[in-house]
Amino acid sequence: MIAEAKDLQAKEIKLTDRPKYTKKDLVADHPTWCPGCGDFSVLSIYFKMMEKLQLPHEKITSIAGIGCSSRFPYFVNAYGVHFLHGRAAPFATGVSMMRPDLHVFVFGGDGDAFSIGGNHLNHASRKNVKMTYVIMDNFVYGLTKKQTSPTSPLGFKSKTDPGGAVDQPINPMKQLIASGATFIARTHSHLPNHVMEMMEKAMAHDGFSVIECLSECTEFYPGAFDAANPRKGGAFNLVPADHSVTDEIAAYKLAMTPFPGYFGVFYQEQRPTKNALEAKLIADSKARAENASPTELLQKTFARLS
Amino acid sequence: MIDEKVADSSTAPGGQRPPGARRIQDAVIRFAGNSQDGIQAIGGFLARLAGRTDKDVMTYMTIPATISGGPSIYQVRLGTGEVLSAGDDVDILVTFYQHSYNDHISTLRDGGILIYDSDNVQPDPNQKRYRAIGVPITGQTVEAIGGTAKDKGKNMFVLGLIARMFDLDVPKLETMLQAYYKGKGEDVIRNVIGAFNAGYGYDIGKVTDTFEFVVPSTRVTRKQVVMDGNQAIAYGALAAGIRFGAGYPITPWSSIMEILRAELPKYGGIFMQAEDELAAIAMACGASYSGYLSLTGTSGPGLSLKTEALGWAVMAEMPIVIIDVQRGGPSTGLPTSVEQSDLNIACFGGHGDSPRIVLAPSSVEDCFYITLEAAKLAREYSSPVIILSDQALATRFEAWEMPDLAKLTQDISPDFSARGPNYKPYENAADGIAHHAPPGTPMVDGKYPVVTGLEHDEAGHPASRPANHVMMVAKRRRKLQVLAGRLPKAETYGPAEGNVLLVGWGSSHGPIREAVDKARAAGESVSSLNIRYIQPLQPGIGEIFEGFNHVFVAEINDEGLYGYGQLAALLRARYCTDKIRGINKTDGLPFKVREILNGMNEKLKQSAEPALVSA
Ligand SMILES: Cc1ncc(C[n+]2csc(CCOP(=O)(O)OP(=O)(O)O)c2C)c(N)n1
Ligand code: SF4
Ligand SMILES: [Mg+2]
Repeated sequence: MIAEAKDLQAKEIKLTDRPKYTKKDLVADHPTWCPGCGDFSVLSIYFKMMEKLQLPHEKITSIAGIGCSSRFPYFVNAYGVHFLHGRAAPFATGVSMMRPDLHVFVFGGDGDAFSIGGNHLNHASRKNVKMTYVIMDNFVYGLTKKQTSPTSPLGFKSKTDPGGAVDQPINPMKQLIASGATFIARTHSHLPNHVMEMMEKAMAHDGFSVIECLSECTEFYPGAFDAANPRKGGAFNLVPADHSVTDEIAAYKLAMTPFPGYFGVFYQEQRPTKNALEAKLIADSKARAENASPTELLQKTFARLS
Repeated sequence: MIDEKVADSSTAPGGQRPPGARRIQDAVIRFAGNSQDGIQAIGGFLARLAGRTDKDVMTYMTIPATISGGPSIYQVRLGTGEVLSAGDDVDILVTFYQHSYNDHISTLRDGGILIYDSDNVQPDPNQKRYRAIGVPITGQTVEAIGGTAKDKGKNMFVLGLIARMFDLDVPKLETMLQAYYKGKGEDVIRNVIGAFNAGYGYDIGKVTDTFEFVVPSTRVTRKQVVMDGNQAIAYGALAAGIRFGAGYPITPWSSIMEILRAELPKYGGIFMQAEDELAAIAMACGASYSGYLSLTGTSGPGLSLKTEALGWAVMAEMPIVIIDVQRGGPSTGLPTSVEQSDLNIACFGGHGDSPRIVLAPSSVEDCFYITLEAAKLAREYSSPVIILSDQALATRFEAWEMPDLAKLTQDISPDFSARGPNYKPYENAADGIAHHAPPGTPMVDGKYPVVTGLEHDEAGHPASRPANHVMMVAKRRRKLQVLAGRLPKAETYGPAEGNVLLVGWGSSHGPIREAVDKARAAGESVSSLNIRYIQPLQPGIGEIFEGFNHVFVAEINDEGLYGYGQLAALLRARYCTDKIRGINKTDGLPFKVREILNGMNEKLKQSAEPALVSA
């Protein structure tokens, strides 16, 4: 597998002789999002980043679960998958493991990532499967029209909590640090340059990179992030320059700062990826089996069992 | 099975019959003790030896440890002809403890042999039903290797006893023991061989004093391979070219994932232990989407969890192979017992109209070949394929003819050649089959596809127009109808017309065929039909049903609210004949031949017909 992927990379180099593509080539369906939805900004930054990086067009792969934000792949003219609610991470794991030549992006909402897909997120994180996961956190269930989400703050009035949310919300950053993700950043879709910077860093990271991007649902939770938007009189506090990204305890401390908290890279470490570990397992196993062909391997096994 | 009819039609080796010996084609040996006695190991070595030897004793089948609820038993059927089931009654019973004797003595047939540990067991001194041979198994083992023999050595002593009794190939057996215990150190090997030799030296007479083996003229002498059903599925997947698998541990599926986890890297592949079954099938869908046909598997509860993603694979028309090693359900149910009660969920599980392919292997050998076929069908029809194995197949060893691996082994690398213009993965073609392009495939018109679980148009684009859904639902159904038309015509075992047709699927196939043999030997008009393609069904089944007065479907599941088991209900819906009735059971054990014959006679009684052969 891995060997074949190398062939693919070789082919890819030739393909870069092709004329550069522009944002126009990357645009697919017109987004079905409500006017002003924060998700627009994430999409346009994704286009901008791809235009800049000029990844071979057919190698761009975006995978999503279900939700407003998870409709993302339809709006990108590239390979995309609209999978199941909450299960984009394991789907992306299958793609990433078999196709080291692709850079796999996952897009989805807070319900998708932290509620129905919470456990999947934890395990993709700890296994350090190479991919970039952008969680577009609007503190609400958008697609299903305003129910409480796992990140909805206490007191948030929704259709499922008309009297205000009573359940302790998740702290996404704490959760992600505990899960063992190797690149963890926080950003805000109202500040496109910062989103771009985080996405580029995430993509450059060799491992499971995850970004919580506050992305306002103008329809069901307008103003949710004003406190973090300087243009609305809020405070956009960057992670302090002296923060050490390899210091897990320091990252927790940042995460525990009350809303609006900090923005930037909270945590980053270099740990072997699941992809690298499996590639090594394959290389070692093959060497031990003297690179026998599948037929030879099976013949040997069957001889032992005869 | 002692079967005078079969025996008499064959020739005994040497043509001489020891005085008083009974002619048999095979012998059923049951070992009964406690789990720490290593009873499984005795069976395992006998099984492997049987596959390796040119001697008369060469076919066998084991039944699972929990079969009779005793603390631990293992049953081996050693014979000279084709062995179809583990055997109803025991010819030789080996008991380690009083409770093993008490629990299992009733399974010993009249005229059989009881071997008991005379240090622990007191058999009924007055019985005349069987030959009882007391051996101080514990004492002799202690004498041979020291220690307490509490939990080791006795099994090897008994293996030695049996080897002597059956005149087995001792040098071969010793080589196997050496190889098996190689990693465990010199001391262990010394004890193993010591106990084995002590048993071998303890002469209790030859089995041929009681039984005479007959060699049927049809006997196979080609090279054989010995494994259990789970191994056969795992190696079948490797031969099929599957290079990605994902799963979550659950009995009795786990050993498939354990084998694949160890083996796949040698083949350049990956097996992922997922956080749960939902993730496992999601990973497999992702790997298949990426261009590499993938596998996931589970047992009962895990299949329930997989149904959401299975529906996605149906909608997206993503090829994927799903193994379900059935166990007793619902819920956690009977984790180590056999049941054939997942047919409905396999065929219909999940929401919406979601046709998928479902296959059921009927033997260990078929577990291998059906996995190859599943991979082929998944790719050819761009569809999920479920293999319905079961706990009985998973845990029993069978000897089967060595497959031609050079011919069978497949290489199925993805096709990244450029596609388009106007690439339509879901074109509404006559055969209804989707054709995916894995990511990395250049599109000549620069338009790239999204694969989705939403209803979509021919280009894969979400589309909820009523006419489009009508077309796409029909297309996904039609491709399996096309497959149905291409499947081999159904064939009966025995004449294609007659009085009774016994229908079965999966692991019940063996005992059903044995029931047919027995009934036909008694002059009755009984044939059988094995349903290997559960969905879609093969052509020719309706015509076969027309040729019989009665169609009885024997399956290990409940008769259901309306009186029919899961396959019977499906066949009644499909063929609309009230000839179809069920022979069902839910005791978590494989069918006995007798149970099938009794079931058949009972049903015939209900329809006021004379009973056929007495069971
Ligand atoms: C198994 C399953 N349960 C429920 C749903 C319904 N559903 C779709 S999206 C969604 C929540 C969306 O919220 P979020 O993930 O935060 O995404 P957003 O729409 O806010 O971007 C729910 C409950 C579903 N599609 N599948
Ligand atoms: S409902 Fe909210 S999240 Fe969904 S598109 Fe509209 S604004 Fe965006
Ligand atoms: Mg949301």
